[in-house]
Amino acid sequence: MSKLTRRAFISAAAVAGGGVVIGIAMRPGNQVKDLAAKLGDESEGLVHTYIKIDSDNLVTAIVPHSEMGQGVHTALGQMLAEELDADWDQVKVEEAPAIGEYATYSAGRRYLLSGIDFPNLVIPTVDGMMMNVADMLNLQITGGSMSVRTTGILAMRIAGAATREMMQTAAADAWGVPVDEVSTGDSHVAHGPSDRREPYAAFAAAVAEMTPSQTPTFKDPADYKIVGTYVPRRDIPAKVDGSAQFALDVRLPDMAYASVVRSPVPGGSVAAVDDAAARAIEGVVDVVLIPQSSVGGMLGETISSEAVAVVADSYWTANRAVQALNITWSETGFESVSSDDIYAQFERDISAKTERETDRKAGETESAFASAARVLDADYHVPFLAHTCMEPLNATADVKSDSAEIWVGCQNPLGFRRDVASILGMDPENVTLNNHIMGGGFGRKARPDYAMQVALLSRAVGRPVQLIWSREEDVRQDFYRPAVQSRFRAAFDSDDNLIAWENTYTNKNEPIEAPLIPYSVPAQDIGYVSSPVHIPFGAWRSVDHSQHGFFTESFIDEAANAAGKDPYEFRAELLQNSPRHLAVLTRVAKEAQWTRPLPAGRGRGISLQESFGSLVAQVVEVTVADGQVAVERVVAVIDPGLAVAPDGIAAQLESGIIYGLTAALHGEISIENGAVAQSNFDDYKSVRMNEAPLIETYVINSGHDIGGAGEPGTPGIAPALANAVFDATGLRIRQLPLGNFDLNYQAEESGVVG
Amino acid sequence: MSTSFWINGEQQTVDVDPSKPLLWVIREQLALTGTKFGCGIAQCGACTVHIDGQAMRSCVTPISRVEGRQVTTIEGLRSDDGELHPLQQAWIEHQVPQCGYCQAGQLMSASALLSNNPSPSDADIDAAMSGNICRCGMYGRIREAIKTTSVASATHEKLFYNGAEVENV
Repeated sequence: MSKLTRRAFISAAAVAGGGVVIGIAMRPGNQVKDLAAKLGDESEGLVHTYIKIDSDNLVTAIVPHSEMGQGVHTALGQMLAEELDADWDQVKVEEAPAIGEYATYSAGRRYLLSGIDFPNLVIPTVDGMMMNVADMLNLQITGGSMSVRTTGILAMRIAGAATREMMQTAAADAWGVPVDEVSTGDSHVAHGPSDRREPYAAFAAAVAEMTPSQTPTFKDPADYKIVGTYVPRRDIPAKVDGSAQFALDVRLPDMAYASVVRSPVPGGSVAAVDDAAARAIEGVVDVVLIPQSSVGGMLGETISSEAVAVVADSYWTANRAVQALNITWSETGFESVSSDDIYAQFERDISAKTERETDRKAGETESAFASAARVLDADYHVPFLAHTCMEPLNATADVKSDSAEIWVGCQNPLGFRRDVASILGMDPENVTLNNHIMGGGFGRKARPDYAMQVALLSRAVGRPVQLIWSREEDVRQDFYRPAVQSRFRAAFDSDDNLIAWENTYTNKNEPIEAPLIPYSVPAQDIGYVSSPVHIPFGAWRSVDHSQHGFFTESFIDEAANAAGKDPYEFRAELLQNSPRHLAVLTRVAKEAQWTRPLPAGRGRGISLQESFGSLVAQVVEVTVADGQVAVERVVAVIDPGLAVAPDGIAAQLESGIIYGLTAALHGEISIENGAVAQSNFDDYKSVRMNEAPLIETYVINSGHDIGGAGEPGTPGIAPALANAVFDATGLRIRQLPLGNFDLNYQAEESGVVG
Repeated sequence: MSTSFWINGEQQTVDVDPSKPLLWVIREQLALTGTKFGCGIAQCGACTVHIDGQAMRSCVTPISRVEGRQVTTIEGLRSDDGELHPLQQAWIEHQVPQCGYCQAGQLMSASALLSNNPSPSDADIDAAMSGNICRCGMYGRIREAIKTTSVASATHEKLFYNGAEVENV
């Protein structure tokens, strides 16, 4: 270990049994001056990932990313195997344990070096760029659609290519032949002229003595055999027979179960508890008050409010007992706040433009509006949203006097370990965290509150405890996609050209570029005002793109209509200087047969959204009948630069589209009396089989830098849907969710919904 | 109070509160963890099992209701000789699961559907499967996997779900 961390950015060493391990490590002072200056000494290096080649020629990649459904282990394995020239059937990918050596250094390195491209979960605002090394050491994030783009590009490819080169060199030395005559393939080295062929494992010992190249030569993508091809996901067989082990499936000797409840109004604490009825239920072990705590870190502050938990012999008992608690919650001052109040506050703050900050200023918007032949204006807003992962939040802990062990599914194992250690007053070295595959994450499982709760519960009752949040608690105690209002003005000249675009919205998070538009509008003024609310913010699949995608791609459609132009052609005219965007848009129009006439009651809408390094265009076809919309078909085109796992990309597009469609049709967390009004899937609805459209996906490998896949499908579905409803009915949708509106009734009122 | 029932072909007797839901008996007393908790109110279908061959939500089924009855969980969906159920094979072929958490329930609903109706229409699939939420949104793949497993699979139209069309430029 010390050899790896001290010597080089990438290093090799022998392991027991005749294999070799290749580590991608960070050596202090090597790459990032600002970071190196904060490291204590040479031993404080970070090893990012290991590649191990066993004596039986099995290649194992140990990667610091969590699996929440996105198929990341398979895609990262493909990238390694490709550059290594490995036999795919003899490559295994495992998730790294939550120890400091596996911090996702490359995720940090990329944004430190480039300064523009950083994981959305890592830094809430651009101001968060100032980091310290303690945070860096506890960063093991899966999010921001970043795993392939960072660990894949910066670690897996380099390790694979460097190892392949060392294998060639070792074989050439052993055989006494020129290295350029040694070929590789299927985890073997070969020398054609002398008809020699040996497995990589035969040269493991020799390779372990070498220093890997930090700048190995990569393959020509035209020669790829594994990247870009269909390979079945490795995790799927265990997910069809019930054997996959989620954190909820952990079973420990003498384990008790717990259920928990917090103040319905966020931030509230416990004024009084009458637990007599709860304790009277057979099987109840204890009623435990969990104090408020907060932890910092690069994710921003996580406040875990005071809570009351019941520990019992069964989750069913514990949850019934929680419902039998009679709790008086303290006043927070927010008890009278409703969603209407929040929207009214947004309206005031946007109108006042106090301390408005600018995202983009180009040209002269004031003079453009002053001289405009026509001005179009519109206000949009969207509600708060919960994540509702299929697997409710849960964690299991076994806390002893001087050590603790945690079982959890999370998007930041090292951060969770640090935070659990912090709340227990322990050294992180004494906390073992076992990270499981997650039943969905979507950003929620980057917040450690549930793991911190269970640690305190296990300590309180002196035995292992599995804490399971009820679905009601999951819906009401989330870190929410924020409610946002966005105000637009567009100016047109007398020839119906769009000459100015003005946009002011509430509350910026990230990615910073989310509200920007790809269209060449000469004058632009895009900015935001701060309008704080008491509902806690969380990263929700695609983060700020989830709202701005709807806003900007709906308003550009309004602009097209105002200009009397076809929505596709209007966009295309404004993308003449952006060939990559234009190609994606043009392709989706072609695949969707954009100009094919539709029957009455049917409509078609389009959207284009760049996010997380990928471009996605969508066309949605709807039928509107009896005031209700049915989504018939979605055609989606993505340009991710290069699709490492094409079926994985297709699955992520399908998934992102359905996730966004749920939000567009049904998603609304509303605030009543300061609290979340919804509680479960009966009043916080999801798209189901009967509402799911046919989705067709197309991939363009443009050769640009590899982009993300997990999130880019989500932002474009709501605007394409709303634009399709406009096409079918003439009704412009400016608020979500669509399911709130009777499209017949609204038609009689005005041409605008919302 | 004790309840006796059959689970995956084996007789079990448990001594629990008769109102305890079957889901928690399966997970806690019997340690069969393939059946999942998702909502607790029969809204999401993650807890779906078969009771006498019918798909039921185990989270709202009191254990007393299964006295003497046959319960099948995802662990019992394989054939007696250990072969995967044709739907499980189709799930792999179509790469259906993403996070996988809902899939035990999806498979139990789908297998109950096919055992009652070997050739379901799209409307039949909607009716049988709309009680199961998949937050990863894999409905299209689920539908196609069911169709290819059903006897009428040959008549179904082009599949869109086994990979995107990829163009290199």
